[in-house]
Amino acid sequence: MEKDQDKILNEVTQGEYKYGFVTDIENESIAKGLNEDVVRLISQKKNEPEFMLESRLKAFRYWQTMKMPEWAHLKIPEINYQDIIYYSAPKQKVTLESMDDVDPDLKATFDKLGIPLDEQKMMSGVAVDAVMDSVSVKTTFKESLAELGIIFCSFSEAVQEHPDLVKKYMGSVVPYTDNYFAALNSAVFSDGSFCFIPKGVRCPMELSTYFRINAANTGQFERTLIVAEDDAYVSYLEGCTAPQRDENQLHAAIVEIVAAKNAEVKYSTVQNWYPGDKNGKGGIYNFVTKRGKCAGNNSKISWTQVETGSAVTWKYPSCILLGDNSVGEFYSVAVTNNHQQADTGSKMIHIGKNTKSIIVSKGISAGVSQNSYRGLVKVVKNATNARNFSQCDSLLLGDKCGAHTFPYIEVDNKDAVVEHEATTSKIGEDQIFYCNQRGIKTEDAIGLIVNGYAKEVLNKLPMEFAVEAQKLLAISLEGSVG
Amino acid sequence: MSLEEVKVEPKQKFLDIYQEHINDIKNGSPDYINEIREKAIKQFEILGIPDKKDENYKYTDLNNEFDNGYKMYLSPKNIKFEVNDIFTCDVPDLNTKVILLLNGWYYDRENLIHELPGGAIIGSFQAAAKRYPELVKKHFANYAKMDKEGLVAMNTAFSQDGVFFYVPKGVVIEKPIQIINILMDEEEGFTQHRNLFILEDNSEASIVVCDHTLSRPNFLTNSVSEIFVGKNADLKYSRMQNEHNGSKQVSNLYLHQERDSRVNANTISLHGGLIRNNVHVMLGGEGCENTTTGLYLTDKGQHIDNYMYMDHAYPNCTSNQLFKGVLDDFATGAFSGKVLVRKDAQKTQAFQSNNNILLTDDADIKTKPQLEIYADDVKCSHGATVGQLDLDALFYMRTRGIPKKEAKLLLMSAFAYDVIKTIQVPALQERIQDLVDKRLRGELSRCNSCQMHCC
Repeated sequence: MEKDQDKILNEVTQGEYKYGFVTDIENESIAKGLNEDVVRLISQKKNEPEFMLESRLKAFRYWQTMKMPEWAHLKIPEINYQDIIYYSAPKQKVTLESMDDVDPDLKATFDKLGIPLDEQKMMSGVAVDAVMDSVSVKTTFKESLAELGIIFCSFSEAVQEHPDLVKKYMGSVVPYTDNYFAALNSAVFSDGSFCFIPKGVRCPMELSTYFRINAANTGQFERTLIVAEDDAYVSYLEGCTAPQRDENQLHAAIVEIVAAKNAEVKYSTVQNWYPGDKNGKGGIYNFVTKRGKCAGNNSKISWTQVETGSAVTWKYPSCILLGDNSVGEFYSVAVTNNHQQADTGSKMIHIGKNTKSIIVSKGISAGVSQNSYRGLVKVVKNATNARNFSQCDSLLLGDKCGAHTFPYIEVDNKDAVVEHEATTSKIGEDQIFYCNQRGIKTEDAIGLIVNGYAKEVLNKLPMEFAVEAQKLLAISLEGSVG
Repeated sequence: MSLEEVKVEPKQKFLDIYQEHINDIKNGSPDYINEIREKAIKQFEILGIPDKKDENYKYTDLNNEFDNGYKMYLSPKNIKFEVNDIFTCDVPDLNTKVILLLNGWYYDRENLIHELPGGAIIGSFQAAAKRYPELVKKHFANYAKMDKEGLVAMNTAFSQDGVFFYVPKGVVIEKPIQIINILMDEEEGFTQHRNLFILEDNSEASIVVCDHTLSRPNFLTNSVSEIFVGKNADLKYSRMQNEHNGSKQVSNLYLHQERDSRVNANTISLHGGLIRNNVHVMLGGEGCENTTTGLYLTDKGQHIDNYMYMDHAYPNCTSNQLFKGVLDDFATGAFSGKVLVRKDAQKTQAFQSNNNILLTDDADIKTKPQLEIYADDVKCSHGATVGQLDLDALFYMRTRGIPKKEAKLLLMSAFAYDVIKTIQVPALQERIQDLVDKRLRGELSRCNSCQMHCC
């Protein structure tokens, strides 16, 4: 039976990447390489105000003084930052008036991805901002959202139309000095999404961004900024795919969230960048800095992520719990297969009083992949009554993969209650035997068990996403799990 | 002063001392040891003394601690003391063979080597290195690897004496061996002793190590113990650290286990200004069992850092780690434990747990339990908690008429008992329970420079 199981696991872990197509769209891109002129050029192309250029240059100069971090449990071949195109945009004719003006090829791409870009799909109730090769292509539902005072648009548009807001909040959670990739992104980011929920407004629909890398040799550097004012609520989704290519592509993004008093922001990600082929060739290097600031009292930020793609993932969605009674949540399923490597986890910094956080991380490793959880829970001296619970489980599907856990816990306050637990195991033979005994095939049993294992996290996803995530989990791991 | 200079300074000082006193240091050691010394000093030159930039020393910066003018003991110093005076270390109902180390040197200069029944040997490391070169050569510097740890390299370069203990095949040593490290001098001193314990196949022994300071001045210790546990051998190893607040110690324990061997190791840290315990366990054969536990009770400005590395290199091994601590006043603590399961170490079971109680807002704890797993058929878990005494339990006891202070002590004592109960020598277990209770009541710290009048 053991052999049988291995075979099935093998099949299960050989799933193909179905988003690997390339769309033939004319691109406008600049030459490879990175220097101050490139930074100026990007800023100029985007017709940005002076303060943006300045902040880009500051970030770029700072980045030049930095070295790529090496502490993560990842083996990354040296990245030649001069061999990357830092700006590539699908060529568009003038400004878009309606959906009909969108390049049909482009539309076809998003249709293929199953993204409800089309206004006809109003019923699905998701407002989408689609970003292709770092440029926002089309934002839907903008008008109906605007009636409520919600601003949901591409980052470049926000820079043009709401420079004050951008100036106020950009870099307030992730400053350009934060880390190597944050500095790089702050210097060269081309677009992204901007979302502003005014005081007391509960966003009536899920907001969503789809990121797609299309052009070859380009890096994608997008930036998302979400601001929820007092008593506001928003649920935000992010999805990503990329074509199948032999060379590695770089993706370095920043997501910043600010939640004011009583505000709540829910951020869900289904990350499905191209993970490379079975031999570890190609795939996206995914370096993301995601951080939320619970600035006001009683605010709440919740991160949910399903990570199945990317050759290398380096990502630690974090919460700074500044306001009293604020809550931070992190739910993650990270799947690595073949030669994928992931080093992901969360940071919870408790600063306000009575702050609470929860971390649930489920790692699944297969093939010869390496999957690490790395996290920090920090309770500063004045954070009385802080509470944290972390659970990090790893499931191993194969004898050549690795699962690692590196939690850091730093407590400076006696009232804090911090708990961390982690387990690592493989699918129990007894569990499979039990299923077999009930007439469930081994293949289905593995599917059941993996899904059950990840359920706790998948349940946190919004409905529309949960279905997709479950399917994704199935594709990443197998031909038939799910 | 630039940061670089701060880092270089103490290291350079020790390199200079080494060159200056090279004859004193080498004197008395056989050539094969002196050859290793030369390699070690080169390695030390590369690695230096770890500071906060070293991930493993993130929470304990040793560079500053080694930056002092402490005297090094390059030859044994003859200080007489009444052996009977010392012993608070005396364990009632436990008949032990007592070995004394004074400032890192074997105390009994007249009888450097003792032969025990069954062919076992205990004595001075320096003397044993000369008398039993084959035995020592086979194991010395074999487990305490110098390639990553600057302090191990430093100890290997400087250390001259310590305890040597050898148990031949199949021999069972009934009487526990008690090694007492005494620090006593009128001036500040820095000692680096080196222990080597060899348990051959099918042998059995228990070792109790106690650390004590008997005089006021500040002391610094950088010790290395290497323990080889042969096939199917059984070792019980307990260590009690009870030094005054002016003492700092780094203790490096390297344990190598062969197949089917069993080791139970406990470290009870009652007192000490700064304690850093590095425990490296290599499960170097199938079917090994290891239980490593630690208890730390700190107050005032004490700092304790336990570092644990459990290396599962072979299949079917089991390891258990339990570290618990109570931190009072403005004491600081850190725990870092790593379980490494190598590629083919299937059927591994590894468990690790770290629990901490903070009694004040000024105390702090950093904990970092880690798992690194490269095999799939394993059961591994770790857990870490930081919390306070259970308020409900306190309230319950008070409703039963137990005073608050007493109730707190009861809870702390119960918390500590989880570790104490893993000590496998019953008489020692009782004694340590007693000491821990005293410590929690604050009675041990009243005379914090000296233990002589405590009992």
